Amino acid sequence: MNLLLLILIPLLTAVAVFMMQNNNQVRWIAFFGSAIQLILSLGLYVVYTNARNHGDTAQMLFEQNMPLFKSWNINLHLGVDGISVAMIMLTAFVVVAGVLMSWKMEKMTKEFYFLLILLSMGAYGFFISLDLFVLFFFLEIAVIPKYLLIGVWGSGKKEYSANKLALMLMTGSALVLVGMFILYFGGGKSFDILQLAQTNIPTWTQHICFPLLFVGFGVFTALFPFHTWVPDGHSSAPTAGSMFLAGISMKLGGYGCLRVATYLLPEGAKEYANIILLLSAIAILYGAFATMMQKDLKYINAYSSISHCGFVLLGIGMLTKVAFTGAIMQMVSHGLMTALFFAVIGIIYERTHTRQVNEMGGLLKVMPFTITLLFIVGLCSLGLPGLSGFVAEMTIFVGSWENPDTFHRIVTIAGCMSIVVTAVYILRAIGKTAMGPLKEEYNHLSDAAWHEKLATIILLVGIIAIGVAPFWLNDLVSPGAELIMQKIQMAK
Amino acid sequence: MNEFFTLMKPELLIMAILFLLLFIKISKGLANDKLLQFIQVLLLINFVAGFFLNAEGKLFDSMYQTNAMIVLQKNILNLGMFFISLLFTDWFRKCEHLSEFFMLMLSALLGMFYMMSSGNLLMFYLSLELATIPVAAMSNFNLDKKVSSEAAIKMILSSAFSSGILLFGISLLYGATGTLSFTEMPALLTSSPLQILAFVCLFTAFAFKMSVVPFHFWTADVYEGSPVVVTSFLSVISKGAIAFVFVSTLFKVFQPLHDIWYNMIMVLSVMTMLIGNLFALRQQNIKRFLAFSSIAQVGFILVGMSSNSTQGTASIIYFICIYIFSNLAAFGVADLISFFTGKENVDDYKGLYQTNPLLSWVLALSLFSLAGIPPTAGFFGKLFLLSAGATTGNYIFIGIAAVNMIISLYYYLRIIRAVFMDKNETPVEKISINPYTKIGLYICSAGIVLIGLLSWVYDYIESVVN
Repeated sequence: MNLLLLILIPLLTAVAVFMMQNNNQVRWIAFFGSAIQLILSLGLYVVYTNARNHGDTAQMLFEQNMPLFKSWNINLHLGVDGISVAMIMLTAFVVVAGVLMSWKMEKMTKEFYFLLILLSMGAYGFFISLDLFVLFFFLEIAVIPKYLLIGVWGSGKKEYSANKLALMLMTGSALVLVGMFILYFGGGKSFDILQLAQTNIPTWTQHICFPLLFVGFGVFTALFPFHTWVPDGHSSAPTAGSMFLAGISMKLGGYGCLRVATYLLPEGAKEYANIILLLSAIAILYGAFATMMQKDLKYINAYSSISHCGFVLLGIGMLTKVAFTGAIMQMVSHGLMTALFFAVIGIIYERTHTRQVNEMGGLLKVMPFTITLLFIVGLCSLGLPGLSGFVAEMTIFVGSWENPDTFHRIVTIAGCMSIVVTAVYILRAIGKTAMGPLKEEYNHLSDAAWHEKLATIILLVGIIAIGVAPFWLNDLVSPGAELIMQKIQMAK
Repeated sequence: MNEFFTLMKPELLIMAILFLLLFIKISKGLANDKLLQFIQVLLLINFVAGFFLNAEGKLFDSMYQTNAMIVLQKNILNLGMFFISLLFTDWFRKCEHLSEFFMLMLSALLGMFYMMSSGNLLMFYLSLELATIPVAAMSNFNLDKKVSSEAAIKMILSSAFSSGILLFGISLLYGATGTLSFTEMPALLTSSPLQILAFVCLFTAFAFKMSVVPFHFWTADVYEGSPVVVTSFLSVISKGAIAFVFVSTLFKVFQPLHDIWYNMIMVLSVMTMLIGNLFALRQQNIKRFLAFSSIAQVGFILVGMSSNSTQGTASIIYFICIYIFSNLAAFGVADLISFFTGKENVDDYKGLYQTNPLLSWVLALSLFSLAGIPPTAGFFGKLFLLSAGATTGNYIFIGIAAVNMIISLYYYLRIIRAVFMDKNETPVEKISINPYTKIGLYICSAGIVLIGLLSWVYDYIESVVN
């Protein structure tokens, strides 16, 4: 399978969207483009597992290597392993759902879809590139769309949030940039991830480089204390924007932390693992407690995202194979779950014109479909077995328990405790929204429209597929996690 | 004789255009419309001709030298000139003394060409003056505005001052080494105190022309007072030419003094980026804003200059090539708006997208390119400058540069925000863009998007430099 297709299809879709004059054409083209991409990524999964089952043990499949800037030794090196395939599928699901959720967007429709598709292209490119320079290019390509999506189509203090997000994410990328250069000149003038993994990077370089890369990518995935863009950015963005931000964009950071920082710099990872654990435990607990204080549905989900993404970093910091697998599963699970959550919030907000939990009540009577989804996604968030959240978090905890010392135990227990807090805020929020007497002005509210139903069902399918049968995802990603673990074990 | 024509072809072509314009002027003259079309065609031919029949060699006892790299640099500047003639069509049509204006601009360009080809300090000094004095006259071209004259007088006085320092440096250098030739100089440089003093004088003159902090004080006033055309000529063509000469002089002639100038460049680069950025943060006038942002860009060019390698040279040429596209596009949009509405403040740009989507997208693309955000070419330009700078292993320096990229993003986003997000009761009305300007804007935007992605552009530049 030619991986370039994964970049070309969004690119062509974006161009086609930009060419169109009629809003209806724009919508359908964006939908078809993203639907083709979804089929393609499911096809990629099939082809990938087939190849693996037939005994193809290469680290990366479907590799392509084209020279780009010869004198800097920069190549367009593409390839996927199980982790990338999982992330690509996540992206495709969220993109289709996001496109469907914005069906009624009337303000500058063309530009909106253009930016949305451009943003998704950045994510696809990021997940398939094996060259640090190209990876960085795709990481940054998403900055403009994010900024404009929030600033133009957002709500509330949107300009402030857009600025904050763009500047903080750029700060993260600046750290990545410097780390990347040190790696390049310290690792034999190559940006190639596979080559860098083979070279022996000196210990002191690893110790300098690791914090730069990890914190740089960590900003994207709400590493405490660089999480402050998350609540503002998520709550100000339009529905599809929030879905993309939380569902895809935050995962870029987690993937980078794992694939670039931890995989290439195992000694650095060992050196700083305890600090990562401490920060992620703080993020988990802080995020959970901060959510308790929120009254706005979007803020609730944004703060709980900080808490859930803390689990990703916790899993990485534990440095065991099972915890790595759990971290990746948590990324996929949280991506689907949070996108669904934002979609449901979007549906509710479109009808009630408020996101304040206190102003709602009894919505279950008028919007049974939407509110049922809200229940499901809430239960997924608090880790109910049978849904994806439980699988991912459980895997992380099991992996964490492999570390026998007290510190790791305490951090793990602290992480587990947050689930109780999660239950409190989720149940309270859902209860206030769905139960109780229905306000009179909400009597006439209609349930989700066809496009909203389709969008949410697509995401729900993903959540349940992971929740009920987690083994396929586990089998997909654990060989990749195993490789990273081998690097860690070989390191001093 | 044949050699004379091939080697000096770029200069001779410019001279031919100059004389042609002069003859047209003194015979019976042409209407501005016709004349402008004629000039645009001539400049296009000039640009295309730059790619054929090139040779390497020296003339006049090494006073004049040329090679593939210098020819490439001249071509890049020719391209910039062609863009200027396209982008500012409306202003040119209204200009009372169009042929004089182009004669002045082309003489300045001629001076820059000789400066880039000079193989001797005296030749360098002469051509530098030729490149400066016409620009001062051009700054005065908004004849009805006082600020324009003020800009001209500021420019000429401060240039005279820097020329004085340059001459002082040249004479000291001659006293210390006994030669003025670029080829003989390196062997005679011994880092004696006198030579270092002379070098610092020379360096100052360069820094002044490139508006490196702390020699930047003339820049903002001159940029604001001059017509937008002159501002863009100064900040793109003139700055590009000086950067080309600066880098080849440092890397070739003053190579023995590398330890000394590396530190100077580093300190000046950090100061330039920081002060340019900090001042740009608070500017309200779009011309002043672009002036300070272009000072900050010079700081980045200096990062590449600190590398002392062919990759550094290549990345600087590449960056300036991209810079021509992005900065001229930004100035082109600013000029259209200021020409038709007289509005030059950032606040006036609020709600621009509602009325002028094309201008808004071009402006956004160019600003993102200046800020160095992908997929625009500016991203590659800045990244290669930084990685060239990183070859010396001074990562803290690169870190400071990266921080400055974030600061600069903040103020570029200010404009983007005004254009796309802020609401305005009375936005700039719909501007009907004439076809020439439109073509110019399209070419610039296409360049901004494609130059970076088409990686052979950089490889070509690098191969020429080697």
